[in-house]
Amino acid sequence: MTEQEVTLMKGNEAIAHAAIRCGCDGYFGYPITPQSEVLETLTELKPWETTGMVVVQAESELAAINMVYGGSGTGKKCMTSSSSPGVSLMQEGISYMAGAELPSLIINVMRGGPGLGTIQPSQADYFQATKGGGHGDYRLIVLAPDCVQEMADFVDLAFTLAFKYRNPAMILADGAIGQMMEKVVLPPFKPRRTEEEIEAECPWAAMGRKSGRGSNVITSLELRSEEMEQINLRLQAKYAEIEANEVRYEEYMCEDADYLICAFGSAARIAKKVIENARAEGIKVGLLRPITLWPFPSKPIQKLSKQVKGILSLEINAGQMIEDIRLAVNGKVPVEHFGRLGGIIPDPDEVVDALKQKLIK
Amino acid sequence: MTKQDIIKPENLVYQKPKLLNDTPMHYCPGCSHGVVHKLIAEVIEEMGMEEKTIGVSPVGCGVFAYKYIDIDWEEAAHGRAPALATAIKRLWPNRLVFTYQGDGDLACIGTGETIHALNRGENITIIFINNAIYGMTGGQMAPTTLLGMKTATCPYGRDPQLHGYPLKMTELAAQLEGTCFVTRQSVHSVSAIKKAKKAIRKAFENSMAGKGSNLIEIVSTCNSGWKQSPEKANKWMEENMFPFYPIGDLKDI
Repeated sequence: MTEQEVTLMKGNEAIAHAAIRCGCDGYFGYPITPQSEVLETLTELKPWETTGMVVVQAESELAAINMVYGGSGTGKKCMTSSSSPGVSLMQEGISYMAGAELPSLIINVMRGGPGLGTIQPSQADYFQATKGGGHGDYRLIVLAPDCVQEMADFVDLAFTLAFKYRNPAMILADGAIGQMMEKVVLPPFKPRRTEEEIEAECPWAAMGRKSGRGSNVITSLELRSEEMEQINLRLQAKYAEIEANEVRYEEYMCEDADYLICAFGSAARIAKKVIENARAEGIKVGLLRPITLWPFPSKPIQKLSKQVKGILSLEINAGQMIEDIRLAVNGKVPVEHFGRLGGIIPDPDEVVDALKQKLIK
Repeated sequence: MTKQDIIKPENLVYQKPKLLNDTPMHYCPGCSHGVVHKLIAEVIEEMGMEEKTIGVSPVGCGVFAYKYIDIDWEEAAHGRAPALATAIKRLWPNRLVFTYQGDGDLACIGTGETIHALNRGENITIIFINNAIYGMTGGQMAPTTLLGMKTATCPYGRDPQLHGYPLKMTELAAQLEGTCFVTRQSVHSVSAIKKAKKAIRKAFENSMAGKGSNLIEIVSTCNSGWKQSPEKANKWMEENMFPFYPIGDLKDI
């Protein structure tokens, strides 16, 4: 076996490399800090000359997401990436894709808001990613990487889940992971699917009506209420199936923990340092890191709530995931939040202090 | 001679294109949409592109175009059809890709997507139904509503002080480097229908030849929205729409 090649790159660059390597057919994006390296890396690598992957700089995030809609509707593997304000602009298209059940990938490298906010890292789009964002009853499969390696690995995973369930998937990263450089082993090259393979995998796709079948129509429109209710019920059944099968999380030093920190993405890395510092002081703390933010790992958190005295939700926002943790533990133990806003990343020492003040007292 | 004696294959002089479904259309009697649908179906058939065409339908009266023409379709959000078509054509270069859009969709909410797709020279055809009104939502003012024309949201007539001026998207499109064929047609008479069909054929052929973007505006009637009989609506269109939206080719490279 050959030794795996380890390279050093930014999270955003890793996404671009991973997209080409996983057989992505089309990337459609619009520049926005702190994720512009995705489009920059793709245009530098020129995958249209190698794998045949299409790369288009759209006129807006609105156009970009609708290009993803158009491409995904033909069964092609299509993606976009942006940062918070741009992802807000994409919500119309995301809702339409959820409604039309299009497998696609949206990457949000979050920055601080609301509004134009700041270009510094944030996790304040948790609600938007996991609770809807666009209109209607729908869910996205949301993966939260905590390192550059996961930025690379989750591209293929997100596409796999998106096509398995015919549903848009999102990678919810933040400016810190997008911008920082780390060691990464890039995934192996997978060829793009052939027309025949797409046809077999996506018999619903609008790729030209072959004789012998009816026309394929990609739409989210149904004016008859009874029919529309049935479509919604079918979507809800699909979401229940995803909740049953696709929950992913990491437990870290939970075996003997008296207190639990829940954190995802960058905050989970800080949490590991917090745990080290707290344990040096004799406070036994563990971490549960949700890897899928939707479906949310409610059951493992519920299970740990029987063991620990309190849970701290460490988020780089004003307290969003804490609502899902409280729903999971249903009042069994105190659940408190600590976070910094405006693009400030919490310091491990202030988190240890917050842990003591809010839960240990 | 009875009716049965006449209905024989050898007496057939004209038939509905095969690609046009038997689904009853929701369009009002006198509306131009039905005729344009038929022309598109005929051209796709004549080009033998039944299995290689992907249409993009809009939001507006044309939203259900996918129910009437038996090809593969994607139904876009309001105004976004050219963005969908851009990706479809880039990913499937050997497919015939067209959008079908009304004036509200193309010239108002989707102005950005329309201009940029045309300016990039995407090898697609945009069919633009301009009836100067929002038909589906019940006759509100459109970007193409003529000055003085009354609609549900300009009930005293379009006033430039309040509403600005009608937008000539086709003239704009002709200025863009990416367009190869920009034309304005109508379907109110037999000769007009024949010319419109030729234009659609040329645009579709250009798209397949990779010559660039094509825009066909069809100046159309909305007799329900205009509150006129079909016959009067055609006359009103000739007298009021054609002077402001003159019929003919604006660009043909």
